[in-house]
Amino acid sequence: MSRIGQTLEALRSRRRTALVPFITAGDPHLKATVPALNALVQGGADLLELGVPFSDPEADGPAIQASSERALANGTGLRDVLGCVAEFRAGNDQTPVILMGYLNSVLAMGEGAFAAAALEAGVDGVIIVNLPPEESVSLRGALAEVGIDLILLAAPTSSDERLSAIDRAASGFVYLVSLKGTTGADHISVGEVNQNLARLRTHTQLPVLVGFGIKDGATARALGDQADGVVVGAAIVSRMAALGDDADAIPEALQQFVSEIRQALDA
Amino acid sequence: MPQPGSNYAQPSQDGHFGQHGGRFVAETLIHALDELEALYEQAKADPEFQAEFAEDLARFVGRPSPLYFAKRLTERLGGPQIYLKREDLNHTGAHKINNCIGQALLARRMGKPRVIAETGAGQHGVATATVAARFGLECQVYMGAVDIARQALNVYRMKLLGASVVPVHSGSKTLKDALNEALRDWVTHVDDTHYIIGTVAGPHPYPMLVRDFQSVIGQEARSQCLQQMGRLPDALVACVGGGSNALGLFHPFIDDEAVRLVGVEAAGLGLETGRHAAPLNDGQVGVLHGNKTYLMQDADGQISDTHSVSAGLDYPGVGPEHSHLKDIGRAEYDAVTDEEALAAFRLLNQTEGIMPALESSHAVAWVVREAPQFDAGQIVVINLSGRGDKDIQTVADLDGTTL
Ligand SMILES: Cc1ncc(COP(=O)(O)O)c(C=O)c1O
Repeated sequence: MSRIGQTLEALRSRRRTALVPFITAGDPHLKATVPALNALVQGGADLLELGVPFSDPEADGPAIQASSERALANGTGLRDVLGCVAEFRAGNDQTPVILMGYLNSVLAMGEGAFAAAALEAGVDGVIIVNLPPEESVSLRGALAEVGIDLILLAAPTSSDERLSAIDRAASGFVYLVSLKGTTGADHISVGEVNQNLARLRTHTQLPVLVGFGIKDGATARALGDQADGVVVGAAIVSRMAALGDDADAIPEALQQFVSEIRQALDA
Repeated sequence: MPQPGSNYAQPSQDGHFGQHGGRFVAETLIHALDELEALYEQAKADPEFQAEFAEDLARFVGRPSPLYFAKRLTERLGGPQIYLKREDLNHTGAHKINNCIGQALLARRMGKPRVIAETGAGQHGVATATVAARFGLECQVYMGAVDIARQALNVYRMKLLGASVVPVHSGSKTLKDALNEALRDWVTHVDDTHYIIGTVAGPHPYPMLVRDFQSVIGQEARSQCLQQMGRLPDALVACVGGGSNALGLFHPFIDDEAVRLVGVEAAGLGLETGRHAAPLNDGQVGVLHGNKTYLMQDADGQISDTHSVSAGLDYPGVGPEHSHLKDIGRAEYDAVTDEEALAAFRLLNQTEGIMPALESSHAVAWVVREAPQFDAGQIVVINLSGRGDKDIQTVADLDGTTL
């Protein structure tokens, strides 16, 4: 079983909700990324999502768009992102790291070359926002060969038929998009998420993590009763943006924010 | 349409044109695409839908558009016999309206009260706002902040038509970013909103249905050629931005293998400068805006900023079916520079009394350049995709003339 599978299983047996923070690699600059990842772990993160900046982030709201633009402005490319993962791995061989991005970044490197480089860097999972299961066959194959999970998204609009197809193609966990919208949207409804989650559970045995629009401990807590984990992205990225280039302030602020959510989840 | 018995059956069931096309979007949108595809298949087979479409094309758009013999241009160039397919004479001044009528009818059938669109130059935005008014739909148009500044007239025109125009400040603030923002709107309002994509790009079924709606251009041109000249033309020439006017003209001739299909991209300041919008001439295969196709991108897969004097061609991608037609060699794709297009713009004004859009001027410019390669007996049809009134300000600025 992959590091993701093992981690989620261990959390499940401890009845602990997985907390998965997201940051964009290279925002505000590359040197900030590894200290930020370490701070997230210190604050209580169980898995990490690291965004691969892309010029056309069509599924992201304003906060993550801006973060992606900042990372691109200082020249962050996929190889740099993998470099961050390798550096993080040198000091932490426990916490799973999941890359999140858009397909073109992977295609430009080549699926096979990407899989090999991701393995070498210590990546555990990959989420490609614009890759539904139908189109995922070749990347899934390339990643499976090196034991990296391709994590698929399920949406509020996914039919039952699609949810089973997603289950068949997914590995690691299923990422349930909480709402109809982009990352950072502010119209999450816990009741609706729980309905969609219950429907998804009838199609999959895999753990289900919920993301999009989770901005605070209270929402995380409310979702954590049913979900195996929660992903918090735009709220973290916005907090980083508010600190500007202040390299020392970022880790402290991230650790503080994540531990607040952690406490809410564990209360 | 390809004729019965055609070997050319694209796209495949799952929306691919060879290695191109497909559906690379967030899972949330797949349901809406499935729904659109099912409804479109039903509408296509429904004589009532086809009759409604034909009726509006005739009485609202003003079709058929003439196939006009450009006698003085022909004499001036001393090459082939040149005919112009006059899409510039359509209501709203370009081919874009053909697709908008079709998609507004689909929105109505789906019971969706709101439509959204992306626009670069504003032509597709104006056409969408027009059909929204015609069918009583709420309309929101996304437009890059840079384009809003350089296309003030069309922005105001959309507002007069009752649409709201939303400036897009992300990325390069141009057409590709407007498309991103329209996709974000759609994913958020997918229950009550239909997204009217303006060209043969995007996720399946868009490249197919936009092509089908635009194929009226080629269907008319084919029968006009047979009627007026008693034979098929030797070549069809059209500009390629996303590729909808080109595919609309080409598609009904796909099986007529003796007919050359020539798509003309924007070479901007020159292909060698990298400052252009010609992914079929100088791009690599990648995935953007829901489909796999040739794109302008850097080694890291970031989409490049493009340049063309013509806002409607200023796009880093191209419809996936063109990428396929290039791969199989059925169509050829060349490019002309800003300068060549501007010269052709002036030439057509002065030889024929027709002011082409700067987009369409690229097709004219290719014929100007390549005329010596043709015999006098050969027939070339140029798709005059739109009229140039919208570009007068741009041309005057380049001239240094203050209006
Ligand atoms: C007159 C005209 N021609 C051509 C185009 C390019 O689009 P397409 O390649 O889809 O025909 C545009 C786009 O705005 C246009 O306005």
